[in-house]
Amino acid sequence: MPKLSLEDLARMREEARRTTLLREGAGRVKITVHMGTCGIAAGARQVMDAVLGEVEQRGLVDVLVVSSGCAGLCSREPMATVEVTGEAPVKYVELNPQKVKEVFATHVVGGAIAEPYALALGSERTL
Amino acid sequence: MPYRAHMMVCAGTGCVANRSLEVRDALQSEIEKRGLGEQVQVVTTGCNGFCGVGPLLVVQPEGIFYQQLTPKQLPLLVEEHFVKGRPVPKLMYQPPEAAAPVPKMGDIPFFGRQRLIALRNRGLIDPEKIGDYIARDGYAALVKVLTEMTPDEVIEEIKSAGLRGRGGAGFITGVKWEKVRQAEETPKYIICNGDEGDPGAFMDRSIFESDPHSVLEGMLIGAYAMGARQGVVYIRNEYPLAVQRIHIAIEQAREHGLLGEEILGKDFSFDVSVTRGAGAFVCGEETALIASVEGRLGDPRSRPPYPAQEGLLGKPTCINNVETWANVSPIILQGAKWYSEIGTGNSKGTKVFSLVGKINNTGLVEVPMGITLRELIYDIGGGIPDGKKFKAVQTGGPSGGCIPAGLMDVPLLYEDRGGKRTADDFLDLPIDFESLTGVGSMMGSGGLVVMDEDTCMVDVSRYFLAFTQDESCGACTPCREGTQLMLDILTKITEGRGTHDDIRALEEIAWVVKQTSLCGLGKTAPNPVLTTLRYFRDEYISHIDKRKCPARVCRELNTYRIDPVICVEKGHGCGVCKRECPEDAIFGEKKTAHRVDDNLCRKCGVCVDVCHFNAVIVE
Repeated sequence: MPKLSLEDLARMREEARRTTLLREGAGRVKITVHMGTCGIAAGARQVMDAVLGEVEQRGLVDVLVVSSGCAGLCSREPMATVEVTGEAPVKYVELNPQKVKEVFATHVVGGAIAEPYALALGSERTL
Repeated sequence: MPYRAHMMVCAGTGCVANRSLEVRDALQSEIEKRGLGEQVQVVTTGCNGFCGVGPLLVVQPEGIFYQQLTPKQLPLLVEEHFVKGRPVPKLMYQPPEAAAPVPKMGDIPFFGRQRLIALRNRGLIDPEKIGDYIARDGYAALVKVLTEMTPDEVIEEIKSAGLRGRGGAGFITGVKWEKVRQAEETPKYIICNGDEGDPGAFMDRSIFESDPHSVLEGMLIGAYAMGARQGVVYIRNEYPLAVQRIHIAIEQAREHGLLGEEILGKDFSFDVSVTRGAGAFVCGEETALIASVEGRLGDPRSRPPYPAQEGLLGKPTCINNVETWANVSPIILQGAKWYSEIGTGNSKGTKVFSLVGKINNTGLVEVPMGITLRELIYDIGGGIPDGKKFKAVQTGGPSGGCIPAGLMDVPLLYEDRGGKRTADDFLDLPIDFESLTGVGSMMGSGGLVVMDEDTCMVDVSRYFLAFTQDESCGACTPCREGTQLMLDILTKITEGRGTHDDIRALEEIAWVVKQTSLCGLGKTAPNPVLTTLRYFRDEYISHIDKRKCPARVCRELNTYRIDPVICVEKGHGCGVCKRECPEDAIFGEKKTAHRVDDNLCRKCGVCVDVCHFNAVIVE
């Protein structure tokens, strides 16, 4: 390997940072794909693949993708929750890879809620 | 494709010993079996710190903390957590008095109370990948000093940060660097002292294992500031994983041109070699360490001249502890002001402690200076197991002392009224509690051995003396003869043959050894004796006057008795003790009470261990 210059080191840092950011649990947007039995049966796996694919394709470094269990509205799976830091979480229902693309363009990158697929703002109160 | 989860498997020595590598491999194959290999990444990290409950797994970005894993549990874990998205509570950690397991690492008090500077990357990077270190601002401090700072500015920054040597003595790091910089002789050398020898201490090992590049970067910055071209990492050969990881780190740094000639294209060259120590305790002393690096017998010599004047090969040399080096980069990046706001008075920053002994949460913790023992032992350490009473904590290993429970609320500092404070100074303080509370207790290198009511302080003091006596190099008379004499007296007392004259002799010899020994080993070896005599004198007196060990540890002083009621009513005179007694000192028939014959009993204690009904009473 050739010796690093200052610029090489900075570039290396940026590239490595993309993979390790996830470990710090901090990002601008957090996308939760609900992967309960109902979600998986309705196609949550494909939705998850599509979400990860979008993150990759768009080269996003500040988006965390996580999975969680059933969100409680099994009839409208696959569902995902998009949470921009500092804003209320938005739940999207009946997703498919095509809709995921639109949610990314409008909400994750665009910053506006992708209303046609949005169920509601916010989450239930716990405790 | 990016991953949606990283599974950080701890591969520190503690977890590896608990088979964490098998857990990692099983996890990897389970992930692949489930077709999740492209979504979930398994990462091997250095020590996570919570060694007591390993093998450990932290799932990021959620921060879910799994503990005490076995390969068998992994199919369940992968199916529930990664296929169905339901974290598995039964594999999580449950604090001793909590009602339910705590899922998130940050919510577990053990982690929540810590502040990580030296250990900033632990559990977050793969220590064998330089890219992981670089991603977390690794080598950014080196870039900063090479492009924006003069060597004098670097030294000024370290000085005003108030960083002090983390090896135990607490010398101001910036001042040491300045002395080496000002020395006229060349070449100059810098050394990383990784000869961690205190029983129960593993701070340095853990830093090498979890973040070796942080040590190298600290040394690079030091080398730039002091004008050194060559550095040495001195590390115990009995730390195989640490040795392996520092070698990998050095290789990677060389490949990337971060060690060698004209680093990052600048007029700055530096390289590092590794010297493995054979495990002699005295080699942690700087002059003995230098002798060992030079290939000579690890004998200390008198100072001055200090290594900053005449060190390795007679040239100016800067020796700093592993943890000290690991603190350098954050100070450069965040600034001296940031650092000096952490901690108190003249003790700045954080300190890494290895928390061991009779404590619920065994492990490695990093906390701000000035924390009290109570916070460390109860809030972070989770208290004493089995409802026992906290008695004392031994700090600083064989060179340190025992701090009694009564001083639990004293903040942990290096010092009180300016000037350097070491174990020695602590012992020179007035004995009364008020003045000690006012001035703080001592730090040591960071080993904290917690003891409960079942610990005999005379026995503890004998244990440490046996250690220092064994490790004494024999070069000077006070240490060579004094430690042997003290050990003999302590052994005599624990065997019930002590007299009051022995205590007087012990104190006198202790002071002589302390005042007249050549190096730090001898100067501090009497500390365990002196502190236990000060705070636990009644235990010594009990061993001498009553021939009793209050903690019932010293077997020679115990008598064994069988409670006839329990023996018959609960045990029906089962006779296990009689069968197992190697001296045939127990008599009795089946279904009747058994008894121990004192004249035949050799006090081995087997009867206590084998009785299912706790009928054997130790007095």
